[in-house]
Amino acid sequence: MKFIRNIAVALSFSTLALTGVSAAGTAEHPLQVDWSFNGPLGKFNLPSAQRGWQVYKQVCSSCHSLKYFRFRDLAAIGYEEDMIKAFAAEYEVAGEPDEYGDETLRKALPQDVFPAPFANDNAARAANNGALPPDLSLMVKARHDGANYLYSLLVGYKDAPADFDLTDGLNYNPYFKGSQIAMVEPLAEGLVDFEDGTPATPDQMAKDVVQFLQYVAEPSLQERHQMGIKVLLFLALLTLLLYISMKVIWKPVKAGKNFYED
Amino acid sequence: MAEWEVVKPENKALGWFEERLPVLSLVNNVVGPATPTPRNLNYFWNFGSLAGLMLVIQIISGVVLAMHYTATTGLAFDSVERIMRDVNYGWLIRYMHANGASFFFIAVYIHIFRGLYFGSYKAPREVLWMLGVVIFLLMMATAFMGYVLPWGQMSFWGATVITSLFSAIPVVGESIVQLLWGGFSVDQPTLNRFFSLHYLLPFVITGVVILHIWAKKISDSGNPLGIEVKTSADQIPFHPFYTIKDAFGAGVFFLILAAFIFYMPNALGHPDNYIPADSLATPDSIVPEWYFLPYYAILRSVDFPLGIPGVIEILDAKLLGVIAMFASILVWLALPWLDTSKVRSGNFRPMFKWFFAFLVVDMFILMWLGAQKPEGNIPLYGKFATLYYFAYFFVVLPVLSRKEKTLPLPESISSAVLKPAE
Repeated sequence: MKFIRNIAVALSFSTLALTGVSAAGTAEHPLQVDWSFNGPLGKFNLPSAQRGWQVYKQVCSSCHSLKYFRFRDLAAIGYEEDMIKAFAAEYEVAGEPDEYGDETLRKALPQDVFPAPFANDNAARAANNGALPPDLSLMVKARHDGANYLYSLLVGYKDAPADFDLTDGLNYNPYFKGSQIAMVEPLAEGLVDFEDGTPATPDQMAKDVVQFLQYVAEPSLQERHQMGIKVLLFLALLTLLLYISMKVIWKPVKAGKNFYED
Repeated sequence: MAEWEVVKPENKALGWFEERLPVLSLVNNVVGPATPTPRNLNYFWNFGSLAGLMLVIQIISGVVLAMHYTATTGLAFDSVERIMRDVNYGWLIRYMHANGASFFFIAVYIHIFRGLYFGSYKAPREVLWMLGVVIFLLMMATAFMGYVLPWGQMSFWGATVITSLFSAIPVVGESIVQLLWGGFSVDQPTLNRFFSLHYLLPFVITGVVILHIWAKKISDSGNPLGIEVKTSADQIPFHPFYTIKDAFGAGVFFLILAAFIFYMPNALGHPDNYIPADSLATPDSIVPEWYFLPYYAILRSVDFPLGIPGVIEILDAKLLGVIAMFASILVWLALPWLDTSKVRSGNFRPMFKWFFAFLVVDMFILMWLGAQKPEGNIPLYGKFATLYYFAYFFVVLPVLSRKEKTLPLPESISSAVLKPAE
């Protein structure tokens, strides 16, 4: 179409007029990691997700809740049912009131949500110098470029530059908006003993916990990717058939046939 | 208008029914073999039926979502996550609905701009066009309220910003805002009524779509040459020719939609909406969905009062901004009388073509500006882009209507399209 060409020409003029515009960034652009779940064929890396679960359980969960995650969800990252039951049984949750109406505690079951570290937001703030550690269930989806952002944040702690005015009680991290964050650097060499023997470097732990949190944020990711290929193939074939049908059906029109001749 | 051709089915039972309620005749005369249609429609004419298809997809996926959704402030966000995690294929239905909304708007925007270029608003199709504008306004209201339902940060703050706009209206503004909110802030009553209206409006849209198609039947389809149908040779039956062409177009469109649903389902949304609504924490920047950005940019660009500075202020800045935003769409209603050029199609209007191309670019610029923080030169660019937008309708079109030297129109559709017989 001619007017598409016109639009393209007009667009290039306008882009010229607008160059030089840039928004001021307040945080450094996240480091880019080649995640296993990226791309149309992307899958979860189960050993990594399992290590990430270990990191979450032993490190993150002391401050961060995971309110949309149930123990039974561990099945999808490769844990057997008895292992999931054992994981759950390490925690106590509120049970039914007993016969006198008093509150009881029981061992957690696979269908239970992972217990939150604090009873409520105020308790969480009181224990963390006034800062509220956010729930991590959706963190990967709740930030731009979430997986890379979380990874960068976890490995991005540095000494503040000399000219940076760091508030007392905050830590310098260029990937966080405003470059100062309440969370102290959470990962240190050998902090976790990985069951599979992988050396627990901060970089490894950060990658693993992001893999796990990606799964928690979007459990359907792998199923979605696999179904997508089938749907796209089906639609491509259907569209091709429709195109061929159209060409065949339109032949007499293209030949100039008059369909309303009396 | 083409003659109404009655269907007489051979099957006795069908014939009995058809005599009492002529459904087959209706289909036959609206999208059937008895619907003569210009033979030269290009692919831009695919987007009407595509928009209709998207409406159907949105209603079906929406009805299913409503079966699992809870419209209370404490549970709305959780219920959406439950749909994503525990409802069978809930993630698929929700991603279809969320991306479907964007693709509905893509189809409708192309449909509208096709109309702007090919003069679809000119006589005798003024009412057809105006019904389309009504559909677009209803769609905007529906989409806006739908975006509030997940009760994320952008839902809550978007609702707060947009509903507050009405407070700019003198005298009754505050009352209107309280009526929308059902109280004194965006809260439980707001969410509940938005859910109710979000469920209602698509059916109102369906009603206006029926009128829109009825008006199309009366005036017949336009065509890329913009000339009237003269002889029967100019036309072909809608079925099978345009049904198969529309089906092929739908295949291509759904391929792109599926790529979004399965591989970048959150690309058109805002990450902040995965943070539950918090009335105490304002997001960094409150950005509407992409399809509202041009109007949002216009709203923000008009930040000056109407009047003579220091002497008289007729309209304050806030009200003028709101008027500009609504006027940017309502002006479409006046198009048949702003553009009085006898030539419909932009193909035969050498000057118009360029102004139209810049209008399209202007829309993209406004869209981009709407997503930026109003800092630095952004507000200034916004003023220029807004100025061009309104100038196109109020200055360019009326002037071109009188001054433009149009190209000669072809004799007839068939003579222009068909090669001479050899």
